[in-house]
Amino acid sequence: MNAMKSSLQNLLKYPSAVMGTLVVLLLVFTAVFAMIKIPYSEAIRLWRGGEDVWYQNPKFAPPAWINHFSSKKYAESFSARTTDGSMEKTVTPGNEGTVSFAISYPLDFTYDYYPQEMILYVTSKYETKQPFVSVELLTPDGRKIRITNASIGEKMTYRFSQDQKLMTRLRTEDVFPALFSDPETGELLKGQYQLQISGTTFEPGSDIDVEFVFHGQVYGLAGTDQSRRDLVVPLLWGAPVALAFGLIASLGTLVLTMVIAAIGTWYGGWLDELIQRITEVNLVLPFLSILIMIGTFYSRSIWVILGATILLSIFTGAIKGYRSIFMQVKESMYIEAAQAYGASSPRIIFFYLIPRMIPLLIPGLVSSVPSFVFLEASLAVLGLGDPILPTWGKIIQDAQANGALYRGYYYWILEPAALLMVTGLGFAMLGFALDRVFNPRLRDV
Amino acid sequence: MIAEINQTRIKEMKIELAPLLSIRDLHVWYELRRFGFGHAGYVKAVDGVSFDLAPGETVAVVGESGCGKSSLMKTILGLNTPTSGEVIFDGRNLSELRGNDLRAYRFEVGYVQQDPYGALPPFMDIQKILEEPLIISGIKDKAARLERIRKVMSEVKLHPAEDFLPKFPHMLSGGQQQRVVIARAMLRSPKLIVADEPVSMLDASVRVEILKLMHALQAEHNLSVIYITHDLSTVKYFSARIFVMYAGNLVEKAETRRLLENPLHPYTLALLAATSDPDARNAESFKEVPPGEPPSLVNPPRGCRFHPRCARAIEGLCNQQEPPDFEAEPRHFVACWLYRPGEQGQ
Repeated sequence: MNAMKSSLQNLLKYPSAVMGTLVVLLLVFTAVFAMIKIPYSEAIRLWRGGEDVWYQNPKFAPPAWINHFSSKKYAESFSARTTDGSMEKTVTPGNEGTVSFAISYPLDFTYDYYPQEMILYVTSKYETKQPFVSVELLTPDGRKIRITNASIGEKMTYRFSQDQKLMTRLRTEDVFPALFSDPETGELLKGQYQLQISGTTFEPGSDIDVEFVFHGQVYGLAGTDQSRRDLVVPLLWGAPVALAFGLIASLGTLVLTMVIAAIGTWYGGWLDELIQRITEVNLVLPFLSILIMIGTFYSRSIWVILGATILLSIFTGAIKGYRSIFMQVKESMYIEAAQAYGASSPRIIFFYLIPRMIPLLIPGLVSSVPSFVFLEASLAVLGLGDPILPTWGKIIQDAQANGALYRGYYYWILEPAALLMVTGLGFAMLGFALDRVFNPRLRDV
Repeated sequence: MIAEINQTRIKEMKIELAPLLSIRDLHVWYELRRFGFGHAGYVKAVDGVSFDLAPGETVAVVGESGCGKSSLMKTILGLNTPTSGEVIFDGRNLSELRGNDLRAYRFEVGYVQQDPYGALPPFMDIQKILEEPLIISGIKDKAARLERIRKVMSEVKLHPAEDFLPKFPHMLSGGQQQRVVIARAMLRSPKLIVADEPVSMLDASVRVEILKLMHALQAEHNLSVIYITHDLSTVKYFSARIFVMYAGNLVEKAETRRLLENPLHPYTLALLAATSDPDARNAESFKEVPPGEPPSLVNPPRGCRFHPRCARAIEGLCNQQEPPDFEAEPRHFVACWLYRPGEQGQ
């Protein structure tokens, strides 16, 4: 244990190890944060959710922070509703059971691009007489544009861009340039707009609620994809999935490889021969192709792929390397002594052979994590990602399927790619430093 | 001196009564394979060894490297399977022991190795190292194990035990490491200790201490000890009898004093001549050593295995027939045609 401690102290002498450790710790922290902030079931609901979950978001929106790097500002997305008070609702009772509602929402429009879409979701409660609603937009230069008048049912969705009457009234095909421009110059008009919704109900107990959704060009911290999903969810949840896949695959592979190599070396004979032959056959089998076949014909579940990955990675060159070291350890005097005092074969394998290898195992364990993380991403990009879990690879696959690079949605690919790269780099830096600490011969190379 | 002789006498009587370990015509051959499966002969590491060991008796097996003494030792420890012959320990035939009986046998035999650093697993602390044999012998109570460990550690003079228990082997000196190895062998109160050159890797200054310690333990617990060495100078410290081994055979068996005073076999003479005693004259004189190399154990010479190197080989006899054991003087056996009845060697 003391050797372990001094090894770890040595580790701090390598800047790359410190950097790597920080990156890995950050990833672990992100993963824990993701799992606490968005519990598994919630993450799945969000990731699998369609319009019903994500109606508030624009499609294909880059992250909002790109505005900091651009002189022209993209419109940010937001939503407001009367139910939580973010939209103010004034209620005035009138005659014969009628009630007037006045809902006013100040819309600060200071952007250089028109919004993607504006939607009103109106819900109402009534028994026989439908409430009535009219919507108007006050522009900064004092014009009042009538948007729509309608009797509403229990639920009504009004999309500004798709109202034929509004288009006719504005004499345009494209609603937003007409709404947000100076009619004389035709230029975009910045300033304080006012959305005014007035409604009347005709029954006691009848009520109206409104939700206003503004789809800008940019959204949130990470942007959105083709299904309006906030990319923060898969980017955050990609961390625990990638770490779990990488660490379990790496640990599982190394531990099983080592145990099997130790058992083969210790018992020798036909068992050792069998392990060697299996390894030689497995070495010439195409690893990725087998995984693709499993994904295509059997199951794309990440756990099945993980199991297959581990099984296929056990019988590789590593088993030969371990075997050669175990051959040496097997002949050592303390093994002979253990046999002489009656230690059983399993005890010798697990308590005498394998502990000797653990210092050699640790660097390998750390530095093989990225290859498994990348493997999962590669499979996802090939369309064999887990159908349920959000992962980094799946983001790239969605991006690719929607022509992200061709259509200029660089954020969509760069975000998961950067996270994959940072993960790989972190583990690699830590792994190389560990290798130097545990294998001192590498230090001066 | 008189007390020692008396002790020897008592031991002699015990030999007649019931030997603790009895080895009968033991052969340990290793098969040589060609291309991994074809048969290519045998390495005859031990070839026809017989002796008895009384309870509380100490014998030294002396011979040069590669003479088969390690194979003999490993067979006694149950690490090698004999090709033929019997190892009978306390009435039990070792080759018939299986499973729990074999484990029980191992509890009664302690093993002290040559290289103390190699003999201790470097990744375990002393406490773990010493607990292992006790855990294996089924002592589940940790307190009981520690109590036993403390007792044995004080017997081998590793005290205070608390200072040593958390240490790792590399933190101890060679002598301390060897004491740990001895403690490990003594933990389960064995009847027999097999010591394979226990002091050859130690500093000269520590050797005597370790030998004295082993001698004290032997006397206190009435242990039988098989002491394997190539160095005759350490033998006289505690062994009652000496067996000289050459190319898989025991060529001379006698009590220590008799063998040292009156060596008979030409090989023993050569071995004694080569022993380095601290004597200033040794630095100035050349020693007679027998010419040639120890023979190949795959294809040993016909007849007496020492005859190609022996200055006194009898043509037509030594190179034709293997010599049996002759009792040249009472309790002094020598496998050499020079001492056949009717002839007087010298």
